[in-house]
Amino acid sequence: MKYAAKKLCTLIITLFIVSLLAFLAFQVIPGDPTTQMLGTEATEEARAALRAELGLDRPVHIRYFEWLSGFVRGDFGTSYSYRIPVSDMLADKLPITFILTIMSFAFTVILSIPLGILAGSARSKVMDVIITVIDQITMSIPAFFIGILACFIFGNIFALFVPGDFVSYKESWGACLGYMVLPALSIAIPRVAMTVRMLRSSILSESDKDYVRTAHSRGNHRRAIMVRHVLKNALIPVITFLAVSAAEIMTGSIIIEQVFTIPGISRLLLTSISGRDFPVVQAIVVIIAAWIVIVNFVADLLYQLVDPRIRLK
Amino acid sequence: MKKKGNLFLYIGGTISGLMTALIILGFFWTPYSPTALDSSAKFQPPSAAHIMGTDNFGRDIFSRVLDGAGDTFIIALCVVAIGCVFGVLIGSICGYIGGVPDLILTRVCDSITAFPSFLLALVIVTILGKSTANIVLALGILFIPSFARTVRGEFARCRELNYIKSARLTGAGKFRIMFVHILPNTFSVLFTAVTIGFNNAVLSEASMSFLGIGIQPPFASLGSMLSDSQAYLHRAPWYALCTGAVIILLILGFSLLSEGLQRMNKGD
Amino acid sequence: MKKRILAVFLALASLMCLLGGCGGATTKNPNTSDETTNSSRVELNEITVGIAQDLDDSLDPYQMADAGTREVLFNVFEGLVKPDSDGNYVCAVASDYNVSDDGLVYTFTLRDGVVFHNGAACTTDDVLYSFETCAATSVTAAVVSALSAISEIKAEGSNIVITLTTPNPDFISYVSSVYIVPKDYTGHATQPVGTGPFKFVSHSIQENFIIERHDAYYGDGAKLSKVTYKVYEDITALYTALNSGALDLAAHISADQAAALTNGYNILEGTMNLVQALYLNHSFAPFSDVRVRQALCYAIDVDGILDITADGHGTKLGSSMYPAFGKYFDPALAEAYPHNVEKAKQLLSEAGYPNGFTFTITVPSNYTPHVDTAIVMVEQLKKVGITAEINQVDWNTWVEDTYGKRNFEGTVCGFDASTLNASALLARWVSTSSKNMINFASEEYDQAFAAAQSATDEAEQTKYYKQCLQILSDTAANVYTQDLADFVAINPKLEGFKFYPMYVMDMSLLSYTK
Repeated sequence: MKYAAKKLCTLIITLFIVSLLAFLAFQVIPGDPTTQMLGTEATEEARAALRAELGLDRPVHIRYFEWLSGFVRGDFGTSYSYRIPVSDMLADKLPITFILTIMSFAFTVILSIPLGILAGSARSKVMDVIITVIDQITMSIPAFFIGILACFIFGNIFALFVPGDFVSYKESWGACLGYMVLPALSIAIPRVAMTVRMLRSSILSESDKDYVRTAHSRGNHRRAIMVRHVLKNALIPVITFLAVSAAEIMTGSIIIEQVFTIPGISRLLLTSISGRDFPVVQAIVVIIAAWIVIVNFVADLLYQLVDPRIRLK
Repeated sequence: MKKKGNLFLYIGGTISGLMTALIILGFFWTPYSPTALDSSAKFQPPSAAHIMGTDNFGRDIFSRVLDGAGDTFIIALCVVAIGCVFGVLIGSICGYIGGVPDLILTRVCDSITAFPSFLLALVIVTILGKSTANIVLALGILFIPSFARTVRGEFARCRELNYIKSARLTGAGKFRIMFVHILPNTFSVLFTAVTIGFNNAVLSEASMSFLGIGIQPPFASLGSMLSDSQAYLHRAPWYALCTGAVIILLILGFSLLSEGLQRMNKGD
Repeated sequence: MKKRILAVFLALASLMCLLGGCGGATTKNPNTSDETTNSSRVELNEITVGIAQDLDDSLDPYQMADAGTREVLFNVFEGLVKPDSDGNYVCAVASDYNVSDDGLVYTFTLRDGVVFHNGAACTTDDVLYSFETCAATSVTAAVVSALSAISEIKAEGSNIVITLTTPNPDFISYVSSVYIVPKDYTGHATQPVGTGPFKFVSHSIQENFIIERHDAYYGDGAKLSKVTYKVYEDITALYTALNSGALDLAAHISADQAAALTNGYNILEGTMNLVQALYLNHSFAPFSDVRVRQALCYAIDVDGILDITADGHGTKLGSSMYPAFGKYFDPALAEAYPHNVEKAKQLLSEAGYPNGFTFTITVPSNYTPHVDTAIVMVEQLKKVGITAEINQVDWNTWVEDTYGKRNFEGTVCGFDASTLNASALLARWVSTSSKNMINFASEEYDQAFAAAQSATDEAEQTKYYKQCLQILSDTAANVYTQDLADFVAINPKLEGFKFYPMYVMDMSLLSYTK
């Protein structure tokens, strides 16, 4: 419990650093929101007036702490571009990206763990070679390219799928989930391959360890050894990897959301960066960061659960 | 076991060798100039004259692939190198020594991981200027945390192993234990991480190009070609397919090679 | 053991098949239902239009800055007068207007029965309020400055009388930019209310923008009952959707894309109405020399650019004017610098650059046609020994750094006219203009432009504007390329589409064929 509380603390520190980084990033990148809002035709006075209206003429640290105090109170501010509360925008977009992330993570876990165990326990058999080769090839295909291929094959050749004809979950859950299958798989497939490979090599190296041999020589059942001894140890690096995966899926969805034109949070982030819509960028960055940090936190807890030898004070 | 390991080694070696040969060839010779435009030869499907066809500017895709593969290869290699070296350094310190350095470095790594990568790359490139070296640097920094995390996990695990404990008892120094005793133990995991990293580096370079902070046109990397080709998927599917195939071969050769090496090591 | 593993494997395999099948089935549904919505769209008399950028600035009529936003909201807002597809101003909220002989007094008669989308009737108070608000808040500097010349504006019965301090032959074009809105309504940024043939319904950020027929419209009004603009990430994504048949209408697709469309859309060709050029910073050393700029003009083969980037479509320009302005556009200027590598080299030698030089072309990365043009230019300039490097920047950086701070050497971009008059394109090159991004300084030009501005006679004004264009050409102010071809893909069941001489799409003209 103490450990969890401590972790929670560091979690908040990380989010703080991230939000500060995001705020500072825009001090470096040229351009300000009035450009997006007023265009090239505006006069310098109109620009200055708007800057004053938005409070952009004040020093950066004051703006940051104002934003921070608002954020802590749950007030994410108002989008410069769209003039509506950021929380409303996020409430719309977050579920979309979340569905995609959860779906591809589910695909990754559901497919990779059994396949990995299979590949690991079927060592030096024909199936192992087959799985390894398939694995290697699959791993070599970037998610981005799988997405493009999927659009081409299912969209163009078989016409089973209309790329770009995204249906929001607000209209129809079924259609929305249906649309998400291919994008989710595109993200998941290379991850499945990577996880399988990792799990396999982990199982193989673990199986060669003396204690496993001893267990064998004592006549324990192979499956029992696998579950009780090998998997327990072999899963440790895999859990770390899956955690990083869960985090990377979220960030990896940026490109996939582009390829499949899904109007999720990543796309909003991209356009907000180019529009210098600070409040939106700021909120999304913190949310993505929160997701990643929390996922890693969960991974750390799991890590301990699986291998009690590791004491992370 | 040993034989099979060599099989992977052979196939991987052949593909990688072939790719490397092509890349080296691309430095000195390409069938056409990779940037030469030809309005009369737009969107030509693969033929004897253009074995991978031509793109929307009538440029020979094979020549561009040769040229771009070189850039991609070098970028990905440098990125993984930066990520790996610093990742191992940070990961080992965090995993083995723990304590305050672990706390600080992990926080920083977490923050970097948690920060949208392209925004960070954009910032770095804006500060340092938009050259290929800076793109490598930006991507390299982004790759450090994932290596560090993997290595940290391994080190934390190995720290508790008996032979390390005994090494400690015999009075071996911290760094000796870290880099002589533990590090080689992490190689199998690290190898996997490097191949995955290489894969990711190619992809990251592609996404950065996609967002306009990669190699500047008319020059191209495989990643920027792939993102360009998406626009012409209907008109010229060979553009995406050929570029994608080369990326896959590049990664496949590399990962098969490492698979083979790994198995050979184990076989010994 | 073996059997068990096999069983697990088989179970997994069937699970995957199931998933795949599921995916197939569920993703197939939208497609079949899409066909039904396609036909039901005809029944419901509505269309889906693809746009490649969201309306991500304010929807306020005086605050909207993006061309894309203006393009859509043209259907929602109207001024006292509005442009038609021939570039003439026709009466809208006003039923009639006349101008005094000295060009100083404009009298508009408010049309009877104009009703706002919120149901309120439009009164002269609303008109006065709109002029006042527009003058105070408009982000379009040209409109603000034109309105600042109003010495008095008042209502006389159902007439609005506007008195100017100095005559302005372009004044009526600015009047069309003063959209009439209900008095004291402040919610435009998210809930615009106007008098146009369509009314705003909803806007889902980065998803869609929906407008509906305004039933109480005074004129013929819209024929369609509903238009849904679907927002796409970029033109590629839009094209993918178009290709799969999800859209009824999409504009601004490229020549390549138009040529590759296979599923029965009608393709219409117009022009984008912008002046694309390699704009040169005259403060950058080689470009301060007129011979270098001319050499660049000779070195660049515009026909070659059109051939490669657009299969030969597009209109060559030669100066800061596009053909929609028939009055001023002179096709002869486009031929002022025929492609001539030798002459370019010779001019470079004369200017002291026999071995060429190196410069950077900055391009806004979100405009593919400009990037493509730059790529071709790099190759063409290579032939005369000039090394050009491309630097892609995002739009915001371009506006702030390249355009605002004039921190560039050369840039490929396009300027359009925010109002339908020549000064919208030409005022920026006056040496004192804040928008003179290329630092162009020609006394002769300044004089000609000033003369055009103060001319009361249209013929005289045209003469001076033409002189301005001639000066821009003679001094090779920029390497003028083209007015880009604009391709529109439209459902063959739809009719009535018309290109406008400005960046708008008039949805009220569209209808399904019976």
